[in-house]
Amino acid sequence: MINLINSIFRKLTSPTDCLRYPFVKRELPEGTRGRIDIEIDKCTFCGACEKRCPSNALKVTRDPKSWTLNPYSCIICGYCIEVCPKKCIIAHKEHYSPNV
Amino acid sequence: MIRRNTIPFGPQHPVLPEPIQLHLVMENEKIIQALPAVGYIHRGLEKIAEKKDYIQDVYLAERICGICSFMHSQNYCQGIEELMKVQIPDRAKYLRVIWAETHRIHSHLLILGLLADAFGFENLFMRLWKVREQILNIMEKTTGARVILGVCAIGGVKRDITPELSEYILRELEAVEKQLPELMDSLLKDYSVKQRLIGVGVLPKDKAHELGAVGPVARASGLRMDLRETGYAAYGDLDFKMVVGEAGDCYDRTMVRVKELYTSLDLIRAALKRMPQGPISVAVKGSPPADEVLARIEQPRGELNFYIRGNGTRNLERFRVRTPTFANLPALLHQLTGCELADVPVIAICIDPCVSCTER
Amino acid sequence: MLNHVSEITLDQISTEVWKLKQDGYRFVTMTCCDRGESHDILYHFDKNYELKHLRVTLPRGTALPSISSLFFAALLVENEMKDLMGVQVSGMAIDFQGRFMLAEGSPVAPLNKSIPGIGIQIQDKTPSAPEGTVKS
Repeated sequence: MINLINSIFRKLTSPTDCLRYPFVKRELPEGTRGRIDIEIDKCTFCGACEKRCPSNALKVTRDPKSWTLNPYSCIICGYCIEVCPKKCIIAHKEHYSPNV
Repeated sequence: MIRRNTIPFGPQHPVLPEPIQLHLVMENEKIIQALPAVGYIHRGLEKIAEKKDYIQDVYLAERICGICSFMHSQNYCQGIEELMKVQIPDRAKYLRVIWAETHRIHSHLLILGLLADAFGFENLFMRLWKVREQILNIMEKTTGARVILGVCAIGGVKRDITPELSEYILRELEAVEKQLPELMDSLLKDYSVKQRLIGVGVLPKDKAHELGAVGPVARASGLRMDLRETGYAAYGDLDFKMVVGEAGDCYDRTMVRVKELYTSLDLIRAALKRMPQGPISVAVKGSPPADEVLARIEQPRGELNFYIRGNGTRNLERFRVRTPTFANLPALLHQLTGCELADVPVIAICIDPCVSCTER
Repeated sequence: MLNHVSEITLDQISTEVWKLKQDGYRFVTMTCCDRGESHDILYHFDKNYELKHLRVTLPRGTALPSISSLFFAALLVENEMKDLMGVQVSGMAIDFQGRFMLAEGSPVAPLNKSIPGIGIQIQDKTPSAPEGTVKS
């Protein structure tokens, strides 16, 4: 009983644990694996990422030069980032937004 | 008058986090036979593993389970390393222990919360999951993801824990440990909770051994069985102490999980303290040879087995997964026989069912 | 590397498993592996963290005697093997009639090598030109 009253008072006086979401957004820590993107100027279209992608989400063609990522297949594992010889694939901190 | 009828429990039921059906043959209020019906989320994962490259399979193995994902990739990597005779650096072993133990804490907090929810203690459920959130934050900050960590690789790990991060982890663990006693008291010492759990779903020791129960279910029945004692990864250097119950009922299973939370906290602290300096991974070249291996590891739910067979190419010949819940299903059927229908949710949740890894 | 593997024949299964049960071994699991003309069946047992394996080579079309009367836990694995690998198992304590893992209308014995995977996109393994030859 005393415990109960104690914890009720503690909860009443302490600030809320939740974030006021639309106004305050949660800060993502450095190094979060989020949306996969490419710096297309550096890309040599070698296709290493396409060959290694575990979920076949990537499509690379040389002629015409294109690099396409299917965000619905992508599992954000980060394997393409590792194998890219030019290190031009990057992971943004934020995640895919629903209207990709 | 005895009336016999069959009640399908599940596949969709408020207490079940994942779909599994239990056919309960009832005699009035008593269950006289229980049969499982699985296959609602069978994904054919073993077949995909044969078609993919053995390095791509690390990501696949990680996605077998959404709760203990790191342990699956760790077990797969340990199996392939044994197959290809790769020695990984000591630091990588310690890092693996740290992440595996954070996973164990978060998995145990999750199931304790679900158990609290199953017997209608919603306040406790939310507060346990609030603590779990701090553990998830540790994982997010150190690896870049909350549950599917993606840091285990063949030959080591991909990310390092810097001294600043290690300070941060110790701080967070301190905060977590401060909150635990109050919650665990209400879980283990509360009158109504005790009434709900003590003597429910008893699994005697000899029966647990015969039915091949693993993990907290077996340990609560008094079987001394925890693969961490064999000292895989860095557990050999960390003076690990096993938690064993004796009664084998739902209360003891809960108690084993609660005590394991503290063991895991101690293991993380010890690993952070004793972690040697050095590289975190070695390069691995070639393909798995035509040989076979049975990799084993202690998961939050028990012993996880991967049978890996290579054939000299980059694809695997066979990859079979035996998850702890699959081994605990016969024990669940035994516990259900003879119990009341109202006890089924508590018993079912107490073996910590993880159905999607059971069906793969 | 599997240590302590003993190769046994089909009719030795129940006696060998019975011996292991008497020795206090715990049933871990069974593995079935498609080897073309035959199935490779492995029984895994554990005692004090020491594994012991029994290997049986089962020609196609032969029925495997069930050990579910000795170890009830083997029942689920045997049913799973029957569904996924098409192995006939005789004398199971409970037979799910091939509906344990799979539903009606699903492929028969999908884990056998002769069945191509459904919905698995397999990467094109044709060798491509050396990396980085085309400059953008």
